[in-house]
Amino acid sequence: MRGDLAKAFELANTRVFRNAPLPKSYTDLLGRKLFLLLQTFQGLGAFALITLGVIFKKIGAAHNVVQPRIRQEITRSGIALLPMFIFVALALGFLVVSQTVAALARVGATNYLGSTMVIVIVRELGPLLTAVLVLARVGTANVIELGTARALGEVEALEALGIDPMHYLIVPRAIGMALGVFSLTVYLIIGALGSGYLFAFLQDVALTPGDYFKQIAEALSWLDFALLALKTIAFGFLIAVVTCYHGLAQPLRLEDVSRVAVRAVTQGIVVCVLVDAVFIVLYLVT
Amino acid sequence: MNEPASHPASHLGFHPAVIAMQDVNIATSRHASSVVLERVNWSVAPGEFWVVAGPQHSGKSDLLMSAAGLQTPLSGSCRVFGCETTAFGEAQLADRLRVGFVFEGGRLFNQLTLAENIALPLRYQKDLSATESARALEVYLELFELTPFAHLTPANVAANWRQRTALARALILQPELLLLDNPLGGLDRRHRQWLLQFLDQLWRGHASFGGRPLTLVVTTGDLRTWQHPQRQFAALDEKTFTVLGSWPGVESARTSAVRELLAGAPAPAP
Repeated sequence: MRGDLAKAFELANTRVFRNAPLPKSYTDLLGRKLFLLLQTFQGLGAFALITLGVIFKKIGAAHNVVQPRIRQEITRSGIALLPMFIFVALALGFLVVSQTVAALARVGATNYLGSTMVIVIVRELGPLLTAVLVLARVGTANVIELGTARALGEVEALEALGIDPMHYLIVPRAIGMALGVFSLTVYLIIGALGSGYLFAFLQDVALTPGDYFKQIAEALSWLDFALLALKTIAFGFLIAVVTCYHGLAQPLRLEDVSRVAVRAVTQGIVVCVLVDAVFIVLYLVT
Repeated sequence: MNEPASHPASHLGFHPAVIAMQDVNIATSRHASSVVLERVNWSVAPGEFWVVAGPQHSGKSDLLMSAAGLQTPLSGSCRVFGCETTAFGEAQLADRLRVGFVFEGGRLFNQLTLAENIALPLRYQKDLSATESARALEVYLELFELTPFAHLTPANVAANWRQRTALARALILQPELLLLDNPLGGLDRRHRQWLLQFLDQLWRGHASFGGRPLTLVVTTGDLRTWQHPQRQFAALDEKTFTVLGSWPGVESARTSAVRELLAGAPAPAP
């Protein structure tokens, strides 16, 4: 357990390199940035694999302690965010869906409504917006909590008690966030599509609710459901990995926590966009 | 404090060393390559009570962390109950749990209440529900006089009670070796007295722990508080670990570092 963390730390420990004097040429600077980027991806990859390994290896271990923590994380990353997501779903419906529906109806292109909604809301905007909002609300809290715990020596205290910090601190967050992002995305999509039609209806768009939902249902395939589940679970898991990695895998002082939180959010967004790009390729190929 | 008829370790017969360090070089926890102690040779027998004294930043915490297997020595061999600490992993969990560790300041989990802090190792290691661990928890809360504060988080209690909570948390798994990093730091007079007596009882064999004597190692910046004819003493100074032996050895030591440690450290924070 200590070895796992040490390995992840070795990969993350590039502070000396980061603080080195500025190189003399732009190519050197570019090289340094590229090297740091690769180091970060290597560290994140190793941390993600270690987390997956611990999830499968310790499934059912200390069930009475870890299970309530998973429930707590699901509440934090899912249920507690529901009010905010109801608001976002209404906003998305009003700002994007209703206007799209109205515009398509005006030019007589309502035949494209289903496929447009599936591409814009179901495949792209729903999952990505959910991931970014969860990252902002829960991911930052993760980095701050874990970073503070690291700075105050709580991680060593766990190790002294024979408690695996990866199992106790990371696994519940990873599972909670994966399930939280998945559930919230489903609610966001349903809410946005429903409220979108409502706002379009108020604009006197000549489209019955039956036609609207029939078109959307016809545009959806089983692959959309499968990839949506896979994508949102991947988003949640990776947000947890990025934020926990920055909070836990390197020795921190209290003054480092805010800097690390900013870096974690930026990298979290980059990782989500990259994963999204991979899924776009998957959609195009299948 | 009553003198025991004989040393508690004398009942235990021959056993291998609880802690055995050979030519160990120790780094600081902050800078992995910076040596704070060189060529440490140290052996702790079962039932002994060791007091390791040194000024601030002399490597007391790093020595203790290395002995507990929480920090990897730069070189040399460090064994606890015969097991090399660098090999401490899942397979050696049983050996690790024979060691209790109390950090300076307690290092409690701030999100949990005092009761949850104490129960956590028991619940995690034995996979118990809160109800199943309630009886054992109640005993510990009473023993450490923590019942009135059980539902509070560490930020809402004084350092005295945080230290007791940390001690209770380290003892709930009934370790055989207890390592305490500057346990009297920040405590008021009443709590210092309570802790000194309690540690003495643990060393002799406390009734709540089945009367089994514990092996104890404490670190300190003030040797006088720990004066006792049956304790073993060591001093840290300028990267060197020196075994002073029993109290007469401390008094006869001529080094300026030991004289300073006998003169007493600056008063702890209230």
